Amino acid sequence: MSVLVYTENWDGKFKKLSHELVSYASKVAEMLNTTSIALSIGKVDPEELKKMGSYGADKIINADGEGLGILDNQAYAKTIADIAVKEGATVIVLSNNNTGKALAPRLSVRLIAGIGSGVSKLPLSINPFMVYKRAYSGNAYAHLTIKTNVRILTLAQNSFGIIEKNKGAAIENITVQVDHSLMKTQVKDVQRQTGKILLTDADVVVSGGRGMKSPDNWEPLVELAGLLNAATACSRPVSDEGWRGHEEHTGQTGKIIAPNLYIAVGISGATQHLAGVSSSKYIVAINTDKDAPIFEAAQYGIVGDAQKILPKLVEAVKTSKGL
Amino acid sequence: MKILVCISNVPDTTTKVKFVDDNKRLDITGIQWVINPWDELSLTRALELKDDPSTGIQSVTVAHVGLSASEPTIRKALAIGADDAIRVNADPVDAYYVAVQLAKVIKAEKYDIVLCGIESSDHNGSTVGGMISELLEYPSVSAVSGLKVENGQAVINREIDGGKEVIMVPVPFVVIVQKGIAKEPRIAAMRGIMLARTKPVKVIEPVPVEPLTEVTGFELPQPRAACQFIDAEDPKQLIELLQNEIKVI
Repeated sequence: MSVLVYTENWDGKFKKLSHELVSYASKVAEMLNTTSIALSIGKVDPEELKKMGSYGADKIINADGEGLGILDNQAYAKTIADIAVKEGATVIVLSNNNTGKALAPRLSVRLIAGIGSGVSKLPLSINPFMVYKRAYSGNAYAHLTIKTNVRILTLAQNSFGIIEKNKGAAIENITVQVDHSLMKTQVKDVQRQTGKILLTDADVVVSGGRGMKSPDNWEPLVELAGLLNAATACSRPVSDEGWRGHEEHTGQTGKIIAPNLYIAVGISGATQHLAGVSSSKYIVAINTDKDAPIFEAAQYGIVGDAQKILPKLVEAVKTSKGL
Repeated sequence: MKILVCISNVPDTTTKVKFVDDNKRLDITGIQWVINPWDELSLTRALELKDDPSTGIQSVTVAHVGLSASEPTIRKALAIGADDAIRVNADPVDAYYVAVQLAKVIKAEKYDIVLCGIESSDHNGSTVGGMISELLEYPSVSAVSGLKVENGQAVINREIDGGKEVIMVPVPFVVIVQKGIAKEPRIAAMRGIMLARTKPVKVIEPVPVEPLTEVTGFELPQPRAACQFIDAEDPKQLIELLQNEIKVI
């Protein structure tokens, strides 16, 4: 028996969310009185593999082989499933990010394992195996019982926290051969932005809505984000108008994020927008309308004109940093 | 080539979600039912592809697992422009159950391209599309924000952290789509609504399969504490609070 956690890597490196996953998996393993195994696929920096050992994993496996350098859902699902069977995994943990969402359902069918997706806590009980997960786009939570012997959980980002625990985990490097018939997708081109903090990775996000009035008013927002080491985001009307790029759109049909702090400037707080940011640990809103729905979701707010307030916030941060 | 779009029937996003029966099920009184927003975007893209004669797409079918109460949503999909629909007459009890039903439909009719929305706005499972792919042993590409057909080949854009990949994959395949797949959902015009009445909706009985999961109850989120307002004349108080008390910056 074991808990297997799949940790995605980005050019051979892990991220904070990878460490959060291992922390979570090792706690689930404790609940089940078993061991946790962290699995990665493709080439990973040996230093990064060693660092994985600080988050509670009992064993670390890296599987590599021809064609496994880039995500192919079929090939990766087979690889993870085979290792899950070999290690007797009764729980498999993945992130609820795009990769986890792509792999979990394929694993579910391979292993006839029920899925609890977007869980944000440890299982509520083991017998029956019940989890607490997001439902109705964040307007409710569901208690989901997974009836199968093997269960798959995808963990909502930034929902659990990192627990440092070094168990002196051994690192096993294995070579895997996946049949070419399972590698039908071909990546022809990759385009990646460099330099900017990724919205989905950022601890702090500063976001602008229609209340910013014009794309010309974004400078103080961008400056504030820079000072806070934050990513920038926007509401849907702003990206639809072309004031900001589509990659900044957060909301139900845009990016769903869960930073530690989300600062919403000139955003009214429509349901669809909140669906994208409601998992943020803290929300701060700046809006001229004291009745704007965003203030129902925010812990802190300022009623006022963004154009007057943003420069003052920028000054305040600079002062506090001695700049 | 034939396209199949899987659609689910969900409460409109602005619904004030409430539960009844000791919090075991959704209170459906007064709910406006709609096509799941991502599925609506999928359908729009499928129709755009069909409208372009160079793609070789001949038909767009929608498939749904649901009881007869879903029929208005299916008619809406037909009104938007789908050619025909298949409804598996069953309560969509869990994702696996739904995926097994839809996989059987897809296998029987041999669709070339299957589109599924990345999640449904009610269960937020992000599971059906991937399950269908594995049941059929079709390649799948997820987080898809673009789909084109050029020279008989599908060209897919997949979103990755901070960018995108351009992917090609042979038919038959499943794409699990998200924002960007279509700019806006297509709207049903008067003519479409009238034509929808005559388009075929095939109703089939489900195959027996055990669901793998069960929702035993719901909870509403804890009511949030009221927002604490900071004086607009002294916004630096906010920075002090965030830095020293909350310690998020």
